[in-house]
Order: sequence, then C-alpha cells, then structure tokens
Amino acid sequence: MAETPFIIREHQFQKIKALLAKLCVESAARVVFLVDRDGQPIAFHGDIGSMDTTSFSSLAAGNVAATTSMAKLLGEDIFPTVVHEGERESIYICVIGRSLLVVVFDERSTLGLVKLRTKKASYELAAMIQEMALDSERSRTEETSFFAEITDEDIDSLFS
Amino acid sequence: MTFINYASREINCKIVYYGPGLCGKTTNLQYIYDSTAPQAKGKLISLATETDRTLFFDFMPLELGTVRGFKTRFHLYTVPGQVYYDASRKLILKGVDGVVFVADSQEERMDANIESLYNLEENLKSQGYDLQQLPYVLQLNKRDLPNVVPVDELAGELQRKDEPVYEAIASKGDGVFDTLKAVAKQVLTELRKG
Repeated sequence: MAETPFIIREHQFQKIKALLAKLCVESAARVVFLVDRDGQPIAFHGDIGSMDTTSFSSLAAGNVAATTSMAKLLGEDIFPTVVHEGERESIYICVIGRSLLVVVFDERSTLGLVKLRTKKASYELAAMIQEMALDSERSRTEETSFFAEITDEDIDSLFS
Repeated sequence: MTFINYASREINCKIVYYGPGLCGKTTNLQYIYDSTAPQAKGKLISLATETDRTLFFDFMPLELGTVRGFKTRFHLYTVPGQVYYDASRKLILKGVDGVVFVADSQEERMDANIESLYNLEENLKSQGYDLQQLPYVLQLNKRDLPNVVPVDELAGELQRKDEPVYEAIASKGDGVFDTLKAVAKQVLTELRKG
C-alpha cells in the first residue's frame, strides 16, 4: 500500500513561505525552493522568471538521489549539500530530512553567504517539516473522511 | 507519496512507467505529452543517452482537473529499462503512488518482460512497497507487430493480481490514455480509502 499522504495546512504553508522569503532576502538569492526528496515541489519564494518549477523540483530530487547513492558507494551515509556553480547562476542544495532546500543565486550573492544563511534556516525548516509529518500521520483519519466523500463520478469526471 | 496542499488546494501523485528496455515507456509519455493541451502539462524532461535511451528518467507533470475543489496533478516518470541501470530504477520508485508495467508483446522479448517484472517486485520491496497493495496496471504494448504473443498467453504469464490489462500501440496512441486513466483512478480510489 502507498504511504500516508503528506498534508500541508494553510497556516503551515504560510509559515514556510515566510521563512523562504526571509532566507531569499538574507542570502541575496534569486529564488529559494523547498522540495520533497521524492521530487514534489512544496513551496518557493523569489524570481522564477519562466522557470518550470515542477520540472526543476523533480530534477533537484533526482540530482540528490543520485549523489546520495554515490555517497553510499563510497561508504558515506549522505552528501548533505550539493553545489553546482555556473557562469551566471549557481545552485546550492541542502538536505533537510525528507526535504531539500534549494537556493538559486547569481553574482549578487556568494556561496559563503548562501551556506551561512541556509544553515540557519534549515534548523527552523526541519522543525516545521517534522511538525507537518506528525500532523499528517495524526490527521489521517480525519483526511480519510474528507476524501471518502469523493465519488466514482468525481473521479470519472476527470477523464471525460 | 501523495502530497495534499490545502493552501494551494492541490493533490500531487507520482506514477512510474516500468518495463524492459525499448518496450515503449518513453513513447507512452511522449504520446500523452503530444496529445495534451499546453495548459495541462509541464515540460517533458528526458534524461537520455546520446542514442535516446533513457539514462535516468523521463518526467512530465500532468494536470487532470479538479476533484472536490482540489487540482489533481500527476507526476509521470519512466525508468531506464536496461538491466545495468538498476540503481536508477530503485531511486525513481521512491514515493511512488502507482505503477504501469509496459510489456513488449514480441515473442523474443518475453524473457525480458519476465525479468523486468521480477525486478520491479524486488525493487518495490527494497523501497518498502508491495506490488499486491499498490495501484497497478499492465499494458501489453506493440500489438501491431507481426510476431506478438497472444494476449491471453502474455497476460497469463505477466499478471500478478487482478490488475487491469490494456492492449496498446503506444506509437499510435492506442491504449495509452486508457492505461493512464486506469492507474490514475486506482491512485485516487486508494486516497479515498485512506
């Protein structure tokens, strides 16, 4: 059977958004993402331009999944951070439990600053993610009753 | 793992297309991509080798519509079929909500189908899933080729439970959406059950 759904409540989402906004400003980043390790985008803040955020999240998760497997082959448990430096844009990814904090920055910031600010934000985010996970588990019964109201007709209507 | 976001009122699910090399997993995704309205889909990302064989995964997000005020978005992935990319296949199964097994109907690919199906069961187990409990559809692809195994025989060999079985010619789109609908429906039904 599939796992318990991961549920994000309105107030939790707003708290995450606020934290990402703060990190984005403090690290002088272009955009900051919170992504699940399985590739699901959770939230972002900043200038995404024409970026496809869903694909970006999936690729970031794939990237970390691959480097984590490489770490295991070397006898390491995980590479907790991943950095890609480009000519103009760079990416810093920090693994926080089941989630990834992804910071995209350009020449207006530096890797040192991004690392520093991300480390600080990651503690707060870890606590929030933990709370959401526990909350998802606790409210499973409640959610079940909400989704139990979905009828066969509702599902069929998606494909009409 | 299904993601439910009450703030953006979205349900996000992950579906993985599995099967032996060159069975038509990417062709399924390509057909869905080509036949879907631009506003309902994201980019089709393909991490492929220079010869267009899937190296890591193909990915496309697909929005199907709303259920009880929630937008339903399916993240469709394929795995690389070649035997030696097993590490990649394991990674892609993480967080899966539903699986489509694409079988190659040609006689000479029977062993490859069986090996890949066994590999799917093993890799699901290693990620803590049980195929018997997971939303799952079997697609018998390439039905237009001359040397195909009869449907009854192929399904008899590859069916693992009472999963829906669809004949398909993915290159022409036959059976592609039927397969997708069947697995998506099972995923949503699973969510309803809790």
